[in-house]
Amino acid sequence: MTDEMPLWEVFIRPRNGLAHKHVGSVHAADATLALDAARDVYTRRGEGNSIWVVPSAAITASDPEHADETFDPTADKIYRHPTFYEIPEDVGHM
Amino acid sequence: MRDESLFNALIELADDHSILCHRLGEWCGHAPILEEDLALTNMALDLIGTARGLYARAAEIEGRGRSEDDLAYLRNERQFRNLILVERPNGDFAHTMIRQLFFAAFMEPYWQAALESRDETVRGIAGKAVKEMSYHIRHAGEWVIRLGDGTEESATRAKAAMEALHIYVDELFHSSPAAAAAAGIGMLPDRRGLRAAWNGITAPILARAGLELPQAANPQTGGRAGLHTEDLGHILCEMQYLQRAYPGATW
Repeated sequence: MTDEMPLWEVFIRPRNGLAHKHVGSVHAADATLALDAARDVYTRRGEGNSIWVVPSAAITASDPEHADETFDPTADKIYRHPTFYEIPEDVGHM
Repeated sequence: MRDESLFNALIELADDHSILCHRLGEWCGHAPILEEDLALTNMALDLIGTARGLYARAAEIEGRGRSEDDLAYLRNERQFRNLILVERPNGDFAHTMIRQLFFAAFMEPYWQAALESRDETVRGIAGKAVKEMSYHIRHAGEWVIRLGDGTEESATRAKAAMEALHIYVDELFHSSPAAAAAAGIGMLPDRRGLRAAWNGITAPILARAGLELPQAANPQTGGRAGLHTEDLGHILCEMQYLQRAYPGATW
């Protein structure tokens, strides 16, 4: 089945102005049927107003084995977070 | 008398939707893939929603205190007025999808026309159903194209389904005396005028699928007079079992 019905990753945008968010995957023969399948599986309760489907094979993922070198070096660089600035009163909510 | 015609006209439509809903529901847990299991039952839920609205409006017009459940679950085979098309067995996936396309390609323009109904409830039902039918056409249509223009096996099955189901298409465009009366006062659209719209929807899909609609030498009708195929009795056995065995059961 996986040859004729490859896997597609499904992304849904819950509302205008928000980003599409990964919600899961479907099997489908092509992009058109994948969109229908995503609609039928993932938007049954009004979850969104836009759907993207992407062939799972098109996604290049980071290697969990390299997680230490990829992600750990950021751990001690708290100065990258914008929490050290005094915001003038006049600016209000930022 | 006029009220009786309106009641019967709404019952015809409601029965079309509830029987086809039951057929699609039979796929639940049996569809070829999970995605289609949900797609088929999603379509079934659209149909039951429409059927409920129509039964409730019919009961209101009748004014004898019957509920939508009484109408769906406590009438006999000969009292059901649905099209023969919708009671045809699911068969294989090609049969189910071609049956769905044939039905939805009629109902989409029908509900479009019903947006002008003089009955507020009918207009409300139409507003919702017209979008649902557009999706049923799209979904069933995409499958019909892929089955007809797919493998040798799928094309053979799609052709067999066309052969089996085309004889029930004519009945879509027939108008019973009740339906004619309802059309006459602008409550429901005239079914007879919708063949061009139906062809306009199905022809491009069938062309892409490489399928031809055979000429029906002997179109099958009778549903509107309560003359059904043997299959309807079997549907009602299952559909009505609970209310028949435990009258008034609720949960």
